[in-house]
Order: sequence, then structure tokens, then C-alpha cells
Amino acid sequence: MTSPATEAVHPATGHPATGLKVLAAMSGGVDSAVAAARAAEAGHEVTGVHLALSENPSSYRTGARGCCTLEDARDARRAADVIGIPFYVWDMAERFAADVVDDFVAEYARGNTPNPCLRCNEKIKFAAVLDRAVALGFDAVCTGHHASIDRSAGAPRLVRSVDQGKDQSYVLAVLTPAQLSRAMFPLGDSTKDQVRAEAARRGLAVADKPDSHDVCFIADGDTRAFLRRKLGSAPGPIVDHDGHEIGRHDGSYGFTVGQRRGLRIDTPASDGKPRYVLDIEPVSGTVRVGPAAALDVTEITAARPVWTGCEPLTGPIEALVQLRAHGETFPATCEPDGDDIRIRLHAPARGVARGQAAVLYDGPVVLGSGTIASTGRVTEPALTGE
Amino acid sequence: MANLESRSGGGLPAGPARLAGPARLAGPARLADAALPGDSPAFDGQETALAARVLRRAGDGSQVYLDHAASTPMLPEAFDAMVAELVHTGNPSSLHNAGRRARRVIEESREQIAQAYGARPSEVIFTSGGTEADNLAIKGLFWSRRGAAGPRAAGPRAAGPRAAGPRAAGPRAAGPRAAGPRAAGAGSASKPRNRILATATEHHAVLDCVRWLGEHEDAEVEWLGVDTDGLLSPAMLSEAIERDPDGVALVSVMWANNEVGTIQPIAGLAAVAAQYGIPFHSDAVQAAGQLPVSLAESGATALTITGHKIGGPVGAGALLLARGQDPVPVLHGGGQERDVRSGTLDTAAIAGFAVAVEWAARNQAEHAARIGKLRDGLIDVVRAVVPDAILNGPEPGPSRLASNAHFSFPGCEGDALLMLLDAKGIACSTGSACTAGVAQPSHVLLAMGADRARAKSSLRFSLGHTNTQDDIDALGEVIGEVVERARRAGR
Repeated sequence: MTSPATEAVHPATGHPATGLKVLAAMSGGVDSAVAAARAAEAGHEVTGVHLALSENPSSYRTGARGCCTLEDARDARRAADVIGIPFYVWDMAERFAADVVDDFVAEYARGNTPNPCLRCNEKIKFAAVLDRAVALGFDAVCTGHHASIDRSAGAPRLVRSVDQGKDQSYVLAVLTPAQLSRAMFPLGDSTKDQVRAEAARRGLAVADKPDSHDVCFIADGDTRAFLRRKLGSAPGPIVDHDGHEIGRHDGSYGFTVGQRRGLRIDTPASDGKPRYVLDIEPVSGTVRVGPAAALDVTEITAARPVWTGCEPLTGPIEALVQLRAHGETFPATCEPDGDDIRIRLHAPARGVARGQAAVLYDGPVVLGSGTIASTGRVTEPALTGE
Repeated sequence: MANLESRSGGGLPAGPARLAGPARLAGPARLADAALPGDSPAFDGQETALAARVLRRAGDGSQVYLDHAASTPMLPEAFDAMVAELVHTGNPSSLHNAGRRARRVIEESREQIAQAYGARPSEVIFTSGGTEADNLAIKGLFWSRRGAAGPRAAGPRAAGPRAAGPRAAGPRAAGPRAAGPRAAGAGSASKPRNRILATATEHHAVLDCVRWLGEHEDAEVEWLGVDTDGLLSPAMLSEAIERDPDGVALVSVMWANNEVGTIQPIAGLAAVAAQYGIPFHSDAVQAAGQLPVSLAESGATALTITGHKIGGPVGAGALLLARGQDPVPVLHGGGQERDVRSGTLDTAAIAGFAVAVEWAARNQAEHAARIGKLRDGLIDVVRAVVPDAILNGPEPGPSRLASNAHFSFPGCEGDALLMLLDAKGIACSTGSACTAGVAQPSHVLLAMGADRARAKSSLRFSLGHTNTQDDIDALGEVIGEVVERARRAGR
């Protein structure tokens, strides 16, 4: 692993460099503050920018706080002061509403389970912001993501953070080679604890600031209530594996494949075992539930693939596949299927939701990713067995 | 400091406890000469060096400071006066010697400010600045006029004291305001007087007060439209009032616009309001220092002024409020200012404010001519380098503040231009600041008929006492490439 100070590579030359004009996206959290500080210390000309993503930012942090309160903007500004870099606020609220929030709602309405952080990286931080930055004369966009970029082999490759628990390569795997070439992630060789300790050493007041959780634009953390406000009530049946109605719900968008809690079914399952959401059929609003074993998936089709760690697939390869943020990885055989990727898991995975990303790894290196479009199993498991 | 010595004295009779008239307030050395107990000549000798640094550091961090409408560097004289006061203790409301000393500074400052702006000393109500003065005028006058029966506002209280004052022959007292045809006995005592008329281009300090009254206090808000230059005509005001003259609580029209520099015909507008006996408030924060601003001659009921736009400190401002007006207080407490505004007065800031006011009044014409010439050069160079730049607001002339140049750069975003210029050491503004630092499209430009794109592509350059031709040249050297780059980012 290269040190953060030399990780930067001039996009035009591909060589390590200092003195780049770097735009540091600063959320007001500890990670982006330390990332900006490291980039500045490495000899880059860093400008801090806080992205205003909410059209009506709340003034103070709430329980499951997001990253766009006025207090966060102030924290970012104070970090920039301490680092000694210029600081601005960029208004990305309109783009964020259209590309992330509306997409999030539309995906749930389609029965999918989107990952808004991933979408924000793809459409906002490394698209709208990056494009504007480059046009304004910046060479790269720096963020506090826990991941690394390996530029030793020419084309930049995305690599997991040394901090397995905090690794964010999953939500960055949608970036194209062009986007990755302009990205700078100075934190990949450090654990979160190290980052916090460094923030304290640097006198950054955000050193002890709690991590952000959940979806940043849902301040109270209640995704289902948020979706109900956006999509209204859409009652439908909850059916068992055989199609018998065993309950009702007021919106199929409130469910995620693999979900167990909050089903509110009165009749217990015949086998007395817990039931899980197996599938969501958005047109009829049908939510199908069943035993845990029925969640097992062995085949996945991932659409719109992006390749950064290898050439686009021409034949089958063996890879490790991650199917949700902070999820485990599964050995699989992956091969091209038209424009899609067909992924055959060597052992079943449970609770695989459409709309999430399937990210292919070779060890710590991201090979590519695609959006999960459909799932299946090669053999139907016994319905009663666990 | 020589110019301070030459300032005309007058006013207070010299007494044993008083400082010599002409030199009062002039600096610590002179205050120390008065040998009041507790005085200290602490800053003697250091003041000039400190004051010089104020000027050198004008626009801290930026080599070229073109944002004087946001805040202008303190004048060395104002700085000296303020620092000199900071070494003293004493609440101006206290009865002992130290309190009296502070009180005296306040009252002398009040007299200076009154004299500069055509008001009586009792018509100067010190506030923490422009925003507070606007709040007091708008909310205070609305509350006092709402529900009050017609005759009250136009009765003896309103007309009497002014007519009896030393300027009885001035236009205010002689004007129709004191005895307007509709003022007395309009016969609408049962009807609420809750209309507020204000221009759509007001500063947020007025705009948001008016909005708030509309949303929370049942005010009937009417925004007065402006033409493409941002001007409101007396005829338009008259027409708006005529729809229900007895229902109007107050009219507020800013003297000069903070974004595009449009100068309203204040005397004409105030005269219209006076015909109906309606209080007329004007936010003169930007006008003061560049135009001859006078409460008496304008015919306005209330004027807002503030220190830090004219070379005084931030944190001191005033509402110039005609006698006979009885606004409901916004800040309740000790009633220090005419029982209308409470809070311990900031003696040091007010001393600095008064010196800046005096400087501004004395140098107004020359100052306006000098920065007007620089501004014309700025407009010329921008137009030469960026031919499609649109100058917002009136062409340079009597309807535009001498300090102001405001452009839209088609295809650019204002905040991108600002950032690129900032990186080159040039400070300017996109117009109005906002809570999170996010620039909203200017309500001023929208009111003038600009579309959102033009509003978001705008940039304000505002000149002040520290600018020279070098600053204009520096802008001229970079504005072309900056606009070109911002255009690439805007696509």
C-alpha cells in the first residue's frame, strides 16, 4: 500500500504528484476532515467544499443524524479553518433531490432496495461535483471514504480499506475508470480509530463526532414513514409461499427482501418458525413471505456493469461477490450474459435484494460491479427445512 | 488625526466636567487631558500604528477588496476613537462619574450623528445595527399603528412636536404630512389598519420582517413592484396606497439597493406617504456615506443607518425616528433609548460610529465622485473583456450608487465566479448571503424581471474608501479568464 502522501496521481500523466489542485468534499465529519488535511499535507493545493444537499437543512443534528445540517456545515468550515484551506458551500440540493432522493423513492416503488450512498457517489460526488470541479480547474476530488486507489498498475484500481469494518469500497464500486482517475481517497491505509486519533492530534474538533448512520436525507431514520409520505398509502396483500393471503400492508415499498420484523401477521406460520419477506411484486403490491430457507439465492443477474479492476468479462471468472454494504462475500463464478453479468454463487446467499449492487472482488481489489436485477436458485429448497 | 481637530464643535456648553468642545471624542490623549478619575492613557503612542494596520489589512486575506457593500474597512479615525473608548469603564446608564463619562460620549455621538443626517439628537435611537433598526421600524410602527384609530397618528402628537422644532420651516414640517387630507378623521376607526407596503427589492432585514408580520400578525402585505432598473415611482406608490389609504400601517422603501445600487426617489415617495399621513420608513444603510441623507429633508418618518458600511465598527447602528412616532418596542428591558429600545449601549462602538458618520458626511460628495469614477472604469473594463456581460440596475448616473457595479455573466454561476476570483485574491459577492452559505437566486433581480439563470449568474462589485485604480486594473486582468472558466463549469 502506498502512503497517502503519495497516493495522488496526476490524472493526465498517471504519475504520483504533489501540487495538484484538489477539491476536498467536506461533510462536517471526521473522515473527510482528516482526508482534506492529509491531501493538504501531501503538498496539494486543497479547497474545501461542503455540499449542501438538502433544500431545507435542519439546524441541528437529530437522533439518526444525517450529514447536511447547518451544524455539519459549520463543522466542515471549522475543520477547513484548522487545516488552513479555503472553504465554500456548493448548492447541490436540486441535483441531489433529482438523482438520489427521487431515485430512492422510485426504486422502492419498483419493489427494489436502493443504496442511496452509492447513488450519491455515482451521480453527485463523482459526477456533478467532479465535473464542475474539473471545469473550474481542479485536478481531483478528495473524499473521506474508507478505501484506497492503487495506481501502481497504470489504470487506477479501487481497493478495500485496511479497516474491514469501515471499508466503503462497496459504495464506490459503481465509479467508472474515468471517475476513479480523478478520485483521491487518502484514508484507505488507516483504521477509523487511527483517523480519529489523527484528527485529535491535528486539533480538529470533529475528532469525537459520532459516525453518521442511516440515510442522510431521512433525519428521523424512519424510512417506511418517509416513503409513505412520498408515495402515499398503497394497501396490498401479504401472501405465504403458496400464495394464500395471510395479512395486509399499506405499502409494499415498506419492505425489503430478507426483512423479518414489522410484518404484523396475526396467523403464525404452520411450522411456528419466523417468516421473512421473500419477494415484492410492485404492480399488484403483493409481498410474499416464507421461511428463512426460501431466501436462499444461488443465481444473480447484475445489470449495467462497470469494470475497473479488470477488462470487461469475455468469459467466466472466479471472484468474491459482495451483495450489500458491509455484507459478507461469497465465492462465485461470474460470466457475461449479454450486457449483464450472471453470477453463480458456490453456496447460497440469503436476503439478496434487487436494486443493491453486486460487487466483484479479487481479494481486496474491486474488479467491477453491477446492479442486482434478478435472483434465483438452481434448486428449490425444502420449504419446511432450515 | 488632523482632520478630527478641524471638526466643528458646537452643541454642548463647556462646563467644568466637560471636555473642550472641538476636541471631544478625538482620542485617548485628549481624554486623558481631562483627567477624569480612572482614565488611562494606555493607547497613547500605539494608536497610530494600530490604525495604520487597519488600513493595510483592509479586506483581510484578499489583496483586492471589492465588497464594501458587505462591510467596509474601518476608518483609522473611527478605529482610534473606538479603541480610545475601550480602555474606559462605565455603563452610560450609571449615575456615578464613570457612568456620566460614558453617557457623555454617547450623547456627543448622538449629536454628531443627528447633525450629519438632518435629525434632532432625540431622533437618533441607537441599535446594534441595520437589521435591528429595520425590525424596530417595521414591527414597531406596524404594531403601534395597527388598530389605532385614524386620528391618533395624525393628531397633535405627530404634528405638534415637529412643527415646533427648529426646522419648522423645512419641508417635513411644512409638508402635507402634518395635516394630510386623509390623516385626520378618516372615519375608519373600526377597520384594522394592517396594510404594509414595501418594495419587492428590500434587504432581507426589511423583507423578512414584513413577511413575518404577514404570516404571524395578520398584516396584509403588498409588495410594490419595480421597473427593470429596480425603480419605484411615486405614482406607483400612490396607486397602491389609494386602494385603501386608511388601511395602510406603514410604507417601507429602501433608499439605495444593496445589490444593484438603485437609488429610489425617496423625497418624492415620502411625500406621497405624507399626503395620507402614513409613516414612511427607508433603509438608508447603503445610501449613507454616498448620498446626502437627511431625515428632515427627505420627509421620511424613519431611516435606518449602520456603522460598518461607512467606515465605523460592526455592531453600532441607529434608527433615525421622527419625534411623535411611538413604535412598540422589539427589545424590552431598561428602556435606555427613548423607552423604545433597551440594552446597554456600546459606548466604544458608538464613538467609532459617530466618527465614521462625521467623516462620511464631510467627505460625501468628494468620496462619491472618486469611487464613482473608479466604478465607471470597472464597468468599462468588464464590458470590454466580457462583451456579453449584462449590467444590472440603472446605468451609472443619478439613479445608481457610485460604489456599485453588478453584472450577470451569461452561462456562468455566480458562486463559481466568486470562488475563482477569491482564489486570485479578489473579494466580491454574489449578492445576498444566506444561512448555509448557499446562494439563492436574488429576489432583487427576479423582481426586476430577470430570469433565474440570469439571477444566478450575477456578481456584485462594490467599491469603498480603500480602493484605487490598481484594484480595478487587477480585476481587469483576470475577469476574462475567470468568466471563461466559469462558463465551462456552467455547461
